[in-house]
Amino acid sequence: MRDQDMRVDSQLSEAEIAEVLEEASHYPEKSGASIEGLKVVQKYRGWVSNESLKQVADLLDMSVEELDGVATFYNLIYRQPVGRKVILCCDSVSCWMLGSDNIKQKISDRLGIEYGGTTSDGEYTLLPIVCLGACDHAPVLMVGDELHHNVDEAQLDQILNTRAS
Amino acid sequence: MFGKFLKKSKNRNPDKPLTRNIVDGRAYATLSDYQSTGGYEGLRTAITTMDSLGVQQVVKDSELRGRGGAGFPTGLKWSFVPMGEKAPETKYFVVNADEMEPGTFKDRVLMEKDPHQLIEGMVIGSYAIRATAAYIFLRGEYHLSAERLSQAIAEAYQQGFLGKNILGSDFSLDLYLHSSAGRYICGEETALLNALEGKRAIPRAKPPFPQISGLWGKPTIVNNVETVCNLPHIFFYGVEWYAGLGRGKDQGTKLFGASGRVKNPNVWELPMGTPIREILEEHAGGMQDGYQLKGFLPGGASTDFMLPEHLDVLMDFDAIAEHGSRMGTGTMIILDDKTCPVKMVLNLEQFFSRESCGWCTPCRDGLPWVVTILEDLIAGKGQASDLELLEHQTKMMGPGNTFCALAPGAMEPLQSALKYFRGDFEKYLERPVVKEAE
Ligand SMILES: Cc1cc2nc3c(=O)[nH]c(=O)nc-3n(C[C@H](O)[C@H](O)[C@H](O)COP(=O)(O)O)c2cc1C
Ligand code: SF4
Ligand code: FES
Repeated sequence: MRDQDMRVDSQLSEAEIAEVLEEASHYPEKSGASIEGLKVVQKYRGWVSNESLKQVADLLDMSVEELDGVATFYNLIYRQPVGRKVILCCDSVSCWMLGSDNIKQKISDRLGIEYGGTTSDGEYTLLPIVCLGACDHAPVLMVGDELHHNVDEAQLDQILNTRAS
Repeated sequence: MFGKFLKKSKNRNPDKPLTRNIVDGRAYATLSDYQSTGGYEGLRTAITTMDSLGVQQVVKDSELRGRGGAGFPTGLKWSFVPMGEKAPETKYFVVNADEMEPGTFKDRVLMEKDPHQLIEGMVIGSYAIRATAAYIFLRGEYHLSAERLSQAIAEAYQQGFLGKNILGSDFSLDLYLHSSAGRYICGEETALLNALEGKRAIPRAKPPFPQISGLWGKPTIVNNVETVCNLPHIFFYGVEWYAGLGRGKDQGTKLFGASGRVKNPNVWELPMGTPIREILEEHAGGMQDGYQLKGFLPGGASTDFMLPEHLDVLMDFDAIAEHGSRMGTGTMIILDDKTCPVKMVLNLEQFFSRESCGWCTPCRDGLPWVVTILEDLIAGKGQASDLELLEHQTKMMGPGNTFCALAPGAMEPLQSALKYFRGDFEKYLERPVVKEAE
């Protein structure tokens, strides 16, 4: 659906514009909402294209260069298309000690992608992430907005199966 | 009536104020759950019976120290904010909810399980410095926290705990949730201010300190989530009660945690000054079968290793510092005897290297260099001089040589590992080509 939106309409929708401006109202200067503005676009389109970036910059009275400088600093702003679900695999210390390397390998084997890659059906993108603040449940994955605790191979099958169909 | 209420609530886990509303089988404390144990009454006391400087004085008297890692006295921090008629009209109170330090998982619990506690604390803190707006700077991945906090903020406005003339006073406050988009450096308080202004999160030079010139050049306080969650209780139960909670030199309670190969990894609210042994053996249940304790980072990735011989040290800011480390976030990362300390340090340095903001040269170039040396060493391509080189790096990126505390923090586990686990580093030199055994 997102892909279609993206192709059919490169203009920000009214809803997107309203949400970006709502965020901007939280700050004395509109540019304060740059990150949240980009995240609004991402919520609807999955990623931030050059056209979207330009429109958000206009809404927030920023130059394109300035906003792109912000967009490229933050790892959760995607400046290229990603899958419908992004898999964030925690590779920080506690998860590493409890086998996150192995979990990452299993995901790569199953989906045929490495870090930074997207499956050919556009379903998943795999990325590493710093500690997700759930180290007592290591190893941990975040798939879309959902956090998965104590991930093992059996659970991985379930997580990826339910979504792959 | 208020007295009766107070008494009743006092009976309810007064020794664990921060988590008193976290109840098994309940997803989170709703507004009415929160108010049933005295929620927003601390704020009422502060705002209806004290002026702002009076509130600051209570927090000074409580000796509350920041729970974000550095342990800076909260009341003292606030006292640098210009007050009175000549002070700037606009001031900000910001909560640091960026929680990205590897091994740290305490602020999330507080926000997900009892969101109103944080909001009440923020209104008290804002009143103390006469802030005009308050922000929660939340890491982007904490979706559930965002959901619960947004709802709680809306409820607090409805009930008159936020907005115009709070509880009938002349104090007004707007509170906003800012959801971020990654990068560990955002947690550094001046980088956080840049991020909140919608810029790249590069740290700022200090001075000027944020208390004088922070967000958009206005006086700004940045406090950690857990620090702020202490405030309602200090005003509800009083300073004397608060002082009685700690077992060592520091006051109050703290969320302590343990992760790694312990039987029961988790987070617990315990008195400040609880002995490390008690946390690891009683609460974490000791090591998993077949594993021995080899060392631990007492408070997250950027704290120095400690050893089993330090188990009787108290979890107190000064006590830990006396043993060469820092309490940091108070969530311990346990190193077991089957995990290679050199590889563990490599994992930590990979994290710091990736998260360096790139602003200053020693950190931007030094951290990847450390990673390369460690990788080569582990691959059997190391040489004896590498260990000296690593030691040299810990000095080059030590305190005072970099623009912010990220790189010095990165050096803490490295320098202590070189000291305590030297033999493990040297083993890689003995075997010219080491195959990945695991
Ligand atoms: C690289 C870096 C990351 C940090 N991350 C956090 C964080 O996620 N949360 C936090 O409260 N403090 C963090 N801090 C500490 C803050 O700079 C600051 O000291 C703290 O928020 C102050 O709050 P407190 O006085 O209540 O402890 C970080 C510091 C550094 C150098
Ligand atoms: S020490 Fe590292 S993170 Fe801090 S300013 Fe320098 S480059 Fe950035
Ligand atoms: S190290 Fe993976 S969640 Fe903390």
